[in-house]
Amino acid sequence: MEPLESILARLRAALPQVEVHLEPNPAVPEQASLVVARDHALAVARWLRDDPALQLDYCSNVTGVDWPEMLLKEKVKVRRVVDGVEREVEETVERRRPGHLEAVYHLYSMTRRHGPLILRQRTANRAEDTHLASLTPVWRSAEFQEREAYDLFGILFTGHPDLRRILMWDEFQDFPMRKDYVEPDDYEYEPTPHDAVLTKTQRHYPAGGAP
Amino acid sequence: MDEGLRSELSKQGVFTTTLQELSNWSRRNSMWPLNFGLACCAIEMIAASMARFDIARFGAEVFRPSPRQADLMIVAGTVTKKMAPLVVRLYNQMPEPKYVIAMGACAISGGPFKQGYNVLKGIDRYLPVDIHIPGCPPRPEALLHGLIELQKKIAAQPLTGEERPRHLRTDAPGEFPVPAYGPYDLQPPHNPDLWRPPVVVRGQPA
Amino acid sequence: MIPRNADEPTLLAGLSTGDVTPEAPPAGPPPPTGPGYEVRPRARAPLPGDADEWLEVSVGPHHPSTHGVFRMDVVLEGERVRRLKPVFGYLHRNHEKLAEQTSYLGSIPYTDRLDYFCSLTNNWAYVLTVEKLAGIPVPERAEYLRVITAELTRILNHLCLIGFLTHDMGTMGTPLMYAFREREKVLDLFEALTGARMMCNYFRFGGCRCDLPPGWVEGVQRFVEGLPRFLDEFEALLSTNEILLARTVGIGVLPPALAVNAGITGPMLRASGVNYDVRKVDRYGIYDRFRFRVPLGEHGDTYDRYMVRLLEIRESREILLQALRDLPPGPVLNPQAKQRGLRPRPGEAYGRIEAPKGELGFYLISDGGPNPYRYRVRPPSLINLTILEDLCLGHTLADAVVILGSVDIVMGEVDR
Repeated sequence: MEPLESILARLRAALPQVEVHLEPNPAVPEQASLVVARDHALAVARWLRDDPALQLDYCSNVTGVDWPEMLLKEKVKVRRVVDGVEREVEETVERRRPGHLEAVYHLYSMTRRHGPLILRQRTANRAEDTHLASLTPVWRSAEFQEREAYDLFGILFTGHPDLRRILMWDEFQDFPMRKDYVEPDDYEYEPTPHDAVLTKTQRHYPAGGAP
Repeated sequence: MDEGLRSELSKQGVFTTTLQELSNWSRRNSMWPLNFGLACCAIEMIAASMARFDIARFGAEVFRPSPRQADLMIVAGTVTKKMAPLVVRLYNQMPEPKYVIAMGACAISGGPFKQGYNVLKGIDRYLPVDIHIPGCPPRPEALLHGLIELQKKIAAQPLTGEERPRHLRTDAPGEFPVPAYGPYDLQPPHNPDLWRPPVVVRGQPA
Repeated sequence: MIPRNADEPTLLAGLSTGDVTPEAPPAGPPPPTGPGYEVRPRARAPLPGDADEWLEVSVGPHHPSTHGVFRMDVVLEGERVRRLKPVFGYLHRNHEKLAEQTSYLGSIPYTDRLDYFCSLTNNWAYVLTVEKLAGIPVPERAEYLRVITAELTRILNHLCLIGFLTHDMGTMGTPLMYAFREREKVLDLFEALTGARMMCNYFRFGGCRCDLPPGWVEGVQRFVEGLPRFLDEFEALLSTNEILLARTVGIGVLPPALAVNAGITGPMLRASGVNYDVRKVDRYGIYDRFRFRVPLGEHGDTYDRYMVRLLEIRESREILLQALRDLPPGPVLNPQAKQRGLRPRPGEAYGRIEAPKGELGFYLISDGGPNPYRYRVRPPSLINLTILEDLCLGHTLADAVVILGSVDIVMGEVDR
């Protein structure tokens, strides 16, 4: 497949109003991704599918990712005057990353046998504005997987034909795959050395007190 | 009946028995399991009914698709919270006398998936279980062993008296309440008449 | 764009073009936002276009022909299927959440329980992704062992599938019993190698857990030699059987354009004539060293899906023969590969293999910690069910059961 930079350049030339940028992937550099604004996602998706050089006609994987708000610690090199001499110093900078939900699409081409191209959409926040554009009109394979992302993460896909819960029951109210999900308290004692289980044990059976 | 007299009579071609023995003998050798697979263990249950293991040797090969025709529910696999009300309803639809085998770690306690938010931590929270078969999944031989143990249990059941089984009592329930889907969990999370969380007593350090 | 409730010829014409919206999004104000978001009414509520005589039947989750705890909400007109909504989640056992709470190594046994017929291919997809994420090379002998065990798994899966498919047509278990007889032979081999019949837990990052026990290769050789005779017998019993032909030919035709658009993979896609096999496309592992053909169907009906699987068993046998011939000596596990306490560098990876049911993918995001930050399984069974309604519309309910059987699902993977 052609490099992502050139795809990005052609995409910007073809659809100039689209907000899209490239997100590098340090672990597997050839699997970097394109982050597209949700208002333009449908247009970008159609372009990717119909472009004769790409023909990404097969959407393999759709999933949600939860990024809660957190403080990121980054080491930055700064030039600073230390003891009258200017030199380069490493400093830890704290940056607040706002929480958001993300939908990730892995696209392949069955006609041209290349891929993957990874497409991402991000919501504005995690609480009330969790809308994203559904890409089911472009790739039917996203139908159940977007429902699953709605069910487990609470991403609302506008334009999805049938957005209902898929794995949990209809009356269920929470979004269990989010990182801050608290599961129902139906713990019973079990003798395992698992850390998470031990924490629960201590909460349920405090030392000294009767259970 | 005196065992010596019985043996003497049988030598002369007279077969004697009691109503209780006859009833238990016929019951235990024609268990009809419910054709009911939940997860991985169901595959081993099918394997147990196939050529090599041949559950027909123990009279339990007639897997019935309908609960109305079954005596034995083999809970083979993970019971999720979404599935649990349906399992209880299937059990309620079975006619007495009925028995439950919890096959595999998941049906017993949730097994490897115990920490999951949608996994019921053991079917004994809602149903009375007769036999537990450990394993993940148990081998078909283990299922056969569990079946034989259940047959032993049935053979020992008296027809009268205080020890008589549930289906001969008028005061014991044959059906159990079906839990409802709640906003976060099943309601109730377990049947308090059947199951209570274990009490853990911390030992004093020596 | 053709709505789902169009009449039958229009609908079928629309399906072949690929760009299909099943139903128009609901008119009216946009749905409210926030945690208290009202879901749309269930499929059970009457839909526009429903006739009064139509009957709603819930097939499952306890039904002998739904292969586990799968449920279909079917709307029937007489015996014809007019709507069909699959309902999932009865075996949703939180695989992804559990894997995010445990270490990378600790998830391997959980992958066994995804598609519980094919634990070894599940292992492979997962370790392949982790190897991609952390950059771990695999020794050559381990690659061969992976191919051998994966192809044995494929044979096992396809045999059992055909058994269950014919069981759904009313053979009352006879072919299933033959299939399970062969399955037991493979399971004996797996047990000798890994210690477990079904949940093998055999692959590790950078290789396999242990080397072959003595006599194992000869055992596989014996099985492989006996396979053609069994297959010929199986085919003589089934392939030209009049009942099987009547129940499968022309039933549930899947047009190739729709198959590609709906992300169908595996034998089901190839039965529609699309030549796409991840073993050939990605050439993961050492699949570029083997000569094998990819069987393709012509019509995309249930019979083609049955036949493609039978032919794939024969091709898997070819791969097995070559792999057994070339099996090199050497280590089976990369000694540099860290198993416990693996902490891949931050980033993400998507790896996929050709599992017997289709393309099985894993998507991992690492934040540098000992647990994956995000762990996602791309389940072929779930996505192959996307077009179940399209295949079943207009057929009888009895055919819907056979079509579902030919899709080849395992609920552990559909619901995870």
